Amino acid sequence: MHDFVQHIINGISLGSIYALIALGYTMVYGILKMINFAHSDVYMIGAFAAYYVARWLGIEAQPGIASLLMLILVSMLACGFLGFLIERFAYRPLRKAPKLNILITAIGVSLFLQYSGQVVFGADPKVFPEVMTDYVLLTFGPVELRSFDLTVLGVSLVAMLCLEFLIKKTKVGRAMRAVSSNALVASMLGVNTDKIIAFTFVVGSSLAGVGSVLVGMKYPKIDPLMGMMIGLKAFVAAVLGGIGNIGGAVLGALIMGLSEEMVVAYLSSTYRDAFAFGILIVILIFKPAGLLGKYSVEKV
Amino acid sequence: MSAVLLEARNITMQFGGLKAVDSLQFQVKKGQLAGLIGPNGAGKTTVFNMLTGVYQPTHGEVFLDGQSLSGLRPYEISHLGITRTFQNIRLFKGLNVLENVLIAAHQHVQYGLLDTLLQTKRFKSSEQSLRSKVIDLLHIFNLEKKALEPASSLPYGEQRKLEIVRALATDPKIILLDEPAAGMNHSETHQLMETIAKIRSQFNLTVLLIEHDMKLVMGICENIAVLDHGVKIEEGAPSVIQNSAKVIEAYLGVEDEA
Repeated sequence: MHDFVQHIINGISLGSIYALIALGYTMVYGILKMINFAHSDVYMIGAFAAYYVARWLGIEAQPGIASLLMLILVSMLACGFLGFLIERFAYRPLRKAPKLNILITAIGVSLFLQYSGQVVFGADPKVFPEVMTDYVLLTFGPVELRSFDLTVLGVSLVAMLCLEFLIKKTKVGRAMRAVSSNALVASMLGVNTDKIIAFTFVVGSSLAGVGSVLVGMKYPKIDPLMGMMIGLKAFVAAVLGGIGNIGGAVLGALIMGLSEEMVVAYLSSTYRDAFAFGILIVILIFKPAGLLGKYSVEKV
Repeated sequence: MSAVLLEARNITMQFGGLKAVDSLQFQVKKGQLAGLIGPNGAGKTTVFNMLTGVYQPTHGEVFLDGQSLSGLRPYEISHLGITRTFQNIRLFKGLNVLENVLIAAHQHVQYGLLDTLLQTKRFKSSEQSLRSKVIDLLHIFNLEKKALEPASSLPYGEQRKLEIVRALATDPKIILLDEPAAGMNHSETHQLMETIAKIRSQFNLTVLLIEHDMKLVMGICENIAVLDHGVKIEEGAPSVIQNSAKVIEAYLGVEDEA
């Protein structure tokens, strides 16, 4: 039983990292109806940006929450800017092209970032500096709450609440929802849709930046291909929750995190990835619109 | 004779081999209530799409207040003062009634994200005046009590009204109504006619409407253009249109001579 509680904690911690990345997929899908395959590599660049800035500033000498927050900010800026560039130069020129063209471009951008990363950063994994010290914060009998897990949870929760506020309460958030609902109508009501789309990329990418530093802290090994697996899983999480649906992405990510943790704990870590993608297959068969997604029939 | 507000100068819209609209020429004067009618498939909605920048005319130009709209994007045209409603209702479904209107009203607001985050004075005062303006608009259409309900939950007639409110919130010079009475019964249509007349005088608006309900068109429009197969076949006051042989022919076909 104690083990079970411990696994729940670990699973939620993993799930909230997936959520930060899944949100980027789902937001971009919501607004452009495209899967931004380069998203996972934006996340990778965020980790490297944080890595180099951390080394440059010698952050390892003063681990703590302040260092962590600063690196998160660095990574958010780097990812946000990269997301902006990708949208502006790779996707925007294709706005009127068939959907398939944008999808293939996204894969191209993804490969470009992965292999440029190998050229620039080197293919060997690097060790992410220790931004915080991990210690046991609280114990309930044999169950431990470690500082890393609490930090991951806290930071992701704050990030998601900020997103919620942005989308629900601000002018730009309202415009994002309007463009997502019907871009043409929104533009005829005076909304500059290009600006809103660019903004969506910036926000989604900077959330991935938050995730990248948290992962770097928790699993301190980064390499130019690190985005692939976690990106795929975050994507599955977004589909599981109902792609395009913000709450769904968080729900899907938590389910993914928890189930992975449980599979590793009670079955075998060999099956971890198989299980994750098994979920995708099952959801596509039985609930193709995802848990919170609405399946809409096209009128003919 | 009042000034011309909107002018289409020889606009043509060609889709492949099909000329949906062919060299259409018409003017709408400031303050006028004008109508655009024609049988199904005549190209009326295509005209609206050209006027709002959804389509760029293949040939010809549209002028608003003497300014050419060529090459402008829909949101820029909206900022200049053309707004519209849609034949099939196109509200933002996930948003509530108030938010639907706020989107449209927001284009005039001069505060940024930073103002929102810091809740600056500028944010608070402009947000407040904006909201009261929107509530006033909703009030005119008796929708203010439903401000916080999802737009998609409103009954059909009210969704149509909400589309008009949303369009008005952009502070337009001219509003294009695409079949505002579609699907409405007799008394609802009558109510709508009164509302259109009311908003015109209250907001100093110019109105151009597409409508199939002839009673409505003939009852309120001062000038009517008739379109058939993309070509304007007649234009004039309701009495002229009602007695035009060409219009009757377009709607009912030619009488067999035998």
